[in-house]
This record gives sequence, C-alpha cells and structure tokens, in this order.
Amino acid sequence: MADMTTPLKRVRGLGSARSGTDHFWQQRLTALANVPLIIFFVILVISLAGESYEVVHDRLASPWVAIFLILTIISITHHMRLGMQIVIEDYVHGEPQRILLLVANIFFALIVASASIFAVLKISFGG
Amino acid sequence: MSQVDAKANRPLSPHLTIYRPIITMVMSIVHRITGCALFFGTLLVMWWLVAAASGPDAFATANGFFGSWIGIIILFGYTWALMHHMLGGLRHFVWDSIHGFDEKPREMLAWATLIGSVSLTILLWIVGLIVI
Repeated sequence: MADMTTPLKRVRGLGSARSGTDHFWQQRLTALANVPLIIFFVILVISLAGESYEVVHDRLASPWVAIFLILTIISITHHMRLGMQIVIEDYVHGEPQRILLLVANIFFALIVASASIFAVLKISFGG
Repeated sequence: MSQVDAKANRPLSPHLTIYRPIITMVMSIVHRITGCALFFGTLLVMWWLVAAASGPDAFATANGFFGSWIGIIILFGYTWALMHHMLGGLRHFVWDSIHGFDEKPREMLAWATLIGSVSLTILLWIVGLIVI
C-alpha cells in the first residue's frame, strides 16, 4: 500500500534529518551538567596540585570524588562528541572524509571516556 | 548555458574575512575554538588519571610534564579555554531563555564572557599557587 502520510506529517516533530531536537537537547543537557561538574573538577585539580602520588591516589579513591569524577567524564566526553560532530559537519565537505572523521570522533570520545573511567575505578578498587 | 557552468559561476556569498570583526562574532568563533581545544585537552585528563592508576613511576612522569614550563603554559591555557567555554555556554543559556538579543545586552554578554574568563583564570591560578 502506498504511503498515505503527507510530507508535512512526516517532517513534523523530527525534521528533515529525522533526529528532531535530540542533538540540541543532549548538548544542552550535558552543558548544564558540565557547569557544576567542571567547577568540582577544577577545585579537585587545584587541591591536588603539587601533591605526592599517595595523596593524589587516596583522594581519587575516595567514593564521592570517584563518583563525581566518573559523572564528569561521562558528561564532558558526550558533550565534546556532540560539539565536534557539528564542527565536522560544518567544515568537512567531502563525503568520505566527513564520514571518516565522524567515526573517528565517536571512537576518540569513547576511548577517552573508557580509559579515564577505568583508571578511576582501578584507583578506587585499590589498584 | 549548461547546468555545470551555471553552478560554477554562481556568486559566492561574502565570507568571514571581509567583515570587520565585532565582539559577538569574535566570541562566537572563540567559543568554537576553545571547544575544539578542550576536545583534545581531555587527552591530558586521561593521561593524568591513567598515570595515577598505573603507579608511582607513571605518575611522576605525568606530574613532571605538568610541572614543567611547557606543562604550566598548557594548563594555564587549558584553564582559560575551560572558563571561556563555560561562560560562553552560560551565555547561550541566557539566549535560550529568549533574553539578551538586543544590541546592548548581547555586546555586554560578549564582553562579560571575555573579561570573566580571563579574571576567573587568573583568580584560579592565584588560589592554586597559594595552595601549593
């Protein structure tokens, strides 16, 4: 049976890219989360500046510090992936290069996130 | 005239380089540049955390870099990029609330982003140096 949906109905809500406001929403959601998380992170780093390995290790191992560090990593890596995606879409015009960079962007964000979270967990669980 | 020629001769819109830089435009570009810098800056965060998880030797190597002149310059720039991008983001939240679009408020917000980011960076480093 032929598709009876009108073009207006098809595009309404989700737009021509079919993802709607999801990118915008997630970008703003992580931006909002980043504000307190980055303030926490900057204070943490300043408080640990010049400290010995033992002091840094102990601080990163304390539960609330580790929990908020992991939240910070999740929020910033998601946010930066969304942002870099827009930069690539804006400036890279060749189709193969664009797709390659979009893939590299996702891999980069996931590698940074996984390695950082693993490090925090290893420190926390006594590694 | 063929289609191909029509496309090739199509007039281009004036590009960024012909405009006189204005503060809102410059802050918009800087927001994007700091965002890209912070993207790659997460490698340093990852290095610091993985080094701390790897042991005293790896941590000493990372700490040695962050404590060197080049490391301090990078971290200072990192702090500014972070503050600038954060204040630029807050500016976007103001715009999201449908405020601050008029000439005066938008220029005021742009200057506040720049002055605020520089001030916060210097303040954070003074606090940091006192703590050390």
